[in-house]
Amino acid sequence: MQTLTQRLANPTRFMELSQWLLPWLSGLAALLLAYGLYLTFFVAPPDYQQGETVKIMFIHVPAAWLAMMGYMVIAVSSFGLLVFRHPLADVSAKAAAPIGAAFTLLALVTGALWGKPMWGAYWVWDARLTSVLILFFLYLGLMALRSALDEDPALAGKLTAVLGLVGVAVLPVIRFSVDWWNTLHQPASVLRVGGPAIHSSILVPLLVMAAGFTLMFFALHLKAMRNEILRRRVRSLTMAEVERAARLEARTAE
Amino acid sequence: MELGPHAAFIWASYGVNALVLGALIAWLVADGRLQQRRLDQLEARGVRRRSSAAQAGPGRRTS
Amino acid sequence: MNAFWTLVKRDLLLALREGGATGTALGFYLIVIALMPLGLGPDMQLLARIAPGMLWVGLLLAALLSLGRMFDTDQDEGVLDVLAMGPLPLELVAAAKAVAHWISTCVPLAILSPLLGLMLNLDLAAYPVLIGTVLAGSPAISFLGGIGAALTLRSRRGGLLIALLVLPLYIPTLIFGIAAISAVVTPPGSLEASLLLLSAVTIASLAIGPIAAAAALRAQLG
Repeated sequence: MQTLTQRLANPTRFMELSQWLLPWLSGLAALLLAYGLYLTFFVAPPDYQQGETVKIMFIHVPAAWLAMMGYMVIAVSSFGLLVFRHPLADVSAKAAAPIGAAFTLLALVTGALWGKPMWGAYWVWDARLTSVLILFFLYLGLMALRSALDEDPALAGKLTAVLGLVGVAVLPVIRFSVDWWNTLHQPASVLRVGGPAIHSSILVPLLVMAAGFTLMFFALHLKAMRNEILRRRVRSLTMAEVERAARLEARTAE
Repeated sequence: MELGPHAAFIWASYGVNALVLGALIAWLVADGRLQQRRLDQLEARGVRRRSSAAQAGPGRRTS
Repeated sequence: MNAFWTLVKRDLLLALREGGATGTALGFYLIVIALMPLGLGPDMQLLARIAPGMLWVGLLLAALLSLGRMFDTDQDEGVLDVLAMGPLPLELVAAAKAVAHWISTCVPLAILSPLLGLMLNLDLAAYPVLIGTVLAGSPAISFLGGIGAALTLRSRRGGLLIALLVLPLYIPTLIFGIAAISAVVTPPGSLEASLLLLSAVTIASLAIGPIAAAAALRAQLG
């Protein structure tokens, strides 16, 4: 009995399955996001503390959540490449990096735009915001390393996977140290959202948006993986063609 | 819709989101089309993948 | 274990004969620290308060400079291939390289740091802690740096890339190192907790560094 990941190891089968899955996933994501936006702008009441700016939270929190999930996808894919040599693992890791980085950037920008009315400054060195910033650096590192090795994609994949796993091993330590540093320098005066007192009128739109964002992430990831598989086919075909042309030339020269 | 004194920040957040995600989607769709077109061109010139070459006929690949 | 120390000794001798790397790191550290008062103004109180952070950040940047050489010259001369085939596991090769980097770069920087502390009006009581934290924390710089050096071995513009890959990994060391010194300079703060956490980060990097660096080297060698 094959497991799902084993069955998906065949890129052709993956292409077939993803082609069928992608429209459904995108459609469902669009529906959920539309419903979430409706709830956000027409149903959800202003928060008693934050007023209408709570609306920023409905996209900030899902973006931050996907920033972390994107890195987890990369870490799992890296593990799959280095340990199981799963043929699609590198495709998945490569596809997830720019998408995760985009959501990280969104979390940072919306965090800054939320911070200005809430804290009076666009950027405060709050523990969470700082951690997200560091996560953004890790994404940049992954993408920079891969692009620096673009003449050898197989090597780039392996080395990026090593970096991804190192990152996921160090990330909790970074997170802890930043939290620790934060409590050292400023007593917890920062407004904490996500405490137990979150009201359902806020929670429901937040959950709908989070679900919509998550599905959108997977749709984007699937599409990026499909593109990457096509890119690799083009690459290997081009190389085969060049090789064949060279062989022909050698034969006519003889 | 009345968004209070900080409406500009709210609109800016949603605007940036729409912009970044829109750009991401546009890039993915354009990239997908580009790769598909290249693949079609290559196949039109008779370059085939190994798996389809096996069906197309033997003896084309020597290595 | 003999082969390990032989390799460390060889790298140290090479560093000593070439001489350039250590001197450059020390000079860079000096200039970075000297620039700070020029940028911030000569307010002694302010300098004393920010001295721990400045000294640590400057040290990280200075140690970063020589990371690129950790495997580069050996790769060019084919020594790395020989080492990979030798009796020593690649993990220990990477560890030996990191130990050599630590002795040839981080220890001299640690010795220089009190002098630079004087320039920044660092409280005299903080000197033992300063040297202690730098010695306890800097092995993490070399061992995590070894990962960056191994990863960028074959890439173009490797030197700049190392900084981007490695600096985020240094954040825990930086935070706990500075916190330990600050605990003495500007109480309250727990010196013991920071030192323990700093050492824990170092020990963890001693484990992660060689394994990851060896995995990266293996991918590139064969």
